[in-house]
Amino acid sequence: MKINILKFFGSLALLFAFVISSVTANAGTKDDVTKKGSLNCGVSQGVPGFSNADASGKWTGIDVDMCRAVAAAVFGDANKVKYQPLSAKDRFEVLKSGQIDMLARNTTWTLSRDAGLALEFVGTNFYDGQGFIVRKAAKINSAKKLNNVKVCVETGTTTELNLRDYFKANNLKYEAVAFTKADEAVAAYDAGRCDVYTTDKSGLAAQRTKMKNPAEHTVLPETISKEPLGPVVRGDDQNWKDIASWSLYVMIEAEELGVSSKNIDSMKSTDNPNIKRLLGLEGDTGKSLGLAPEWAYNIIKQVGNYGEVYEKNVGANTPIGLARSGSPNQLWTKGGILYAPPVR
Amino acid sequence: MLRIEEIKNSVKKNLRLGNLIPQLLLLFTFVFIIYYFTSNAQTNMASRNISSGFDFLKTNSGFDVQFSLIDYDGSYSFGRAYLVGLLNTLLVSSFGIVFATILGFLVGVARLSNNFLLSKLSQLYVEILRNLPLILQIFFWYFVVLRNLPSTENSFIFLDFLIVNVQGAYFPKFIFTNFNAIFYGLVCAILAIFLARYYSKKLIYERGKSLPVFKISILCLILFTTIFALIGNTDLQLKRAELIQNFGIFNYVGGVKLVPEFLALLFALSLYTSTFIAENVRAGILSVGKGQKEASKSLGFNNSQSLKLIIIPQALRVIIPPTTNQYLNLLKNSSLAAGIGYPDLASVFAGTALSQTGKAIEIIFIVMLTYLSISLIISAFLNWYNHKIAFVEK
Repeated sequence: MKINILKFFGSLALLFAFVISSVTANAGTKDDVTKKGSLNCGVSQGVPGFSNADASGKWTGIDVDMCRAVAAAVFGDANKVKYQPLSAKDRFEVLKSGQIDMLARNTTWTLSRDAGLALEFVGTNFYDGQGFIVRKAAKINSAKKLNNVKVCVETGTTTELNLRDYFKANNLKYEAVAFTKADEAVAAYDAGRCDVYTTDKSGLAAQRTKMKNPAEHTVLPETISKEPLGPVVRGDDQNWKDIASWSLYVMIEAEELGVSSKNIDSMKSTDNPNIKRLLGLEGDTGKSLGLAPEWAYNIIKQVGNYGEVYEKNVGANTPIGLARSGSPNQLWTKGGILYAPPVR
Repeated sequence: MLRIEEIKNSVKKNLRLGNLIPQLLLLFTFVFIIYYFTSNAQTNMASRNISSGFDFLKTNSGFDVQFSLIDYDGSYSFGRAYLVGLLNTLLVSSFGIVFATILGFLVGVARLSNNFLLSKLSQLYVEILRNLPLILQIFFWYFVVLRNLPSTENSFIFLDFLIVNVQGAYFPKFIFTNFNAIFYGLVCAILAIFLARYYSKKLIYERGKSLPVFKISILCLILFTTIFALIGNTDLQLKRAELIQNFGIFNYVGGVKLVPEFLALLFALSLYTSTFIAENVRAGILSVGKGQKEASKSLGFNNSQSLKLIIIPQALRVIIPPTTNQYLNLLKNSSLAAGIGYPDLASVFAGTALSQTGKAIEIIFIVMLTYLSISLIISAFLNWYNHKIAFVEK
């Protein structure tokens, strides 16, 4: 009997220990990240140009560079990032639960996600819009002519919702065949399970490169939605949100000021106070963010300015081939809508 | 009687003070843990401004589902989306259970057959299919078999009845006019069958003669329904799926459509589960003593009579309990649908609806409760059936 009771209390103590250890203190994200020694960044399961791993496991893309920029700001080393590929369906839950510190996964900024999910969008690193891709053999040249079609789509996305809105508004009949992974949806379309595949237009360009014969497909001209894509953080840490936001803004600001990763060191001798502030030579922008004075210098030096990041990953000379001029993803001074608040 | 005594004794034993304290402590810990986790979730959700509650069930879902048994599109509520998912789960599970049972019985009996080839083939079937992971089998059917079917404009068409292509399988829709005549025919047929059974029983007891009741039943069904259909002017029309061309895109519209995701899941679930049922059936038949078979032979039963009247009723007692488990497994395994995009409960509600609303706790709770309820209902039904056919001690 006695032994039984001892055993019982022993297991009770174990249980309590388990319960107590599961309580996690909610310190600032920046401190957590610094302590861990790396930034956990949620990315896609493979969208070329945005976040895609090559054969050696090296991640590249415009979203990946966003993760690298934040790591450069926090650690002074853009390589201190651990990437976690996530499906569209899981991304917010994983972020909310704290398994990742930041989500850079071509995610559309909407009201319900910003306000309803207790998340914070830090800005827009790519202005996109939803489009359709069809086989050339379908002889369709406008989305208005899509009727009685089967459309492959990734589930848990704004794409899925826009799709319905579009077909409903235009009184067209369709069937949505939804898949958990973008890859599965593309493969299904490629195999003929669907007549149309829909996602953001940048995504269409990217996924097309993965199809068996990219030349057999054509992207329809219509853009049916606004998709401002940007990184997301949890809504309970203002400082962390600021760090992520300003990591994006300094890249845009740097391009506007003509500072790039190549000329940044020669810029140190400039008289322009804006550039001096950006490089941490004047004032201390890092202090209010809790970062080192040269945080922005590190971002631009190691990752590049916005223009460099764009051209390297999705620009006209890449397989994705999205021309920048004439698109919204151009500086406001050149007819686009990229506009960073003053860095001071 | 015995069981009640046992329970009483165990209650008495448990009420002794030495035993009572740890039990109370256990109860306290259990309640505390539940309380701790719920209050922890609540405070954390409140601190992160995550709203909770079930109001979202009434709001518009905004997303469409490709395969639904009831009217549904994005203008319906999330509650309706739940229903769509639930019905799709029940559809694939119930068809799966029926096919798995039939296949399982056939294979199980075939494995005990004296025909060497038949029994070895059944063994091969069981050993291969039950030893491959189910998700792989689903992928095999979906990506290897159904993905390589011809495109819509080059569909296989069997006898102008079944159309098969990479986008699914299409059957004609049966449209009856004056269907009630057939219905009345069915009612009469059932009455006649009951009468025949009663008469045959009487015949056996009084004169020891047996009637071919099964053949008579089939005959009644066919005869009555056709006669009534002819009298009542019943007309059957087949509404076939039609090929519609929109520029270079071809699509079949109308008819009864089975999407490849459904078919792949159904094939994989039925075949996989049938192997386990086959083994249950084999074990059940082998569990009936050899003496029973010999006794039935010496009493003049022929093979099918001895199987039907002596062996199977006894074997069922061994077969049913483990088969109940297999039915429950099939139901739960159907949630692997998410892997290929069949819109079952897990993928529509715990997948799409969850990510569109962000109500993770509520939705997972509902889905878990639903699977639990269906499982308990199936198991309660089979327990009742098992109890009914159990040995009655006289």
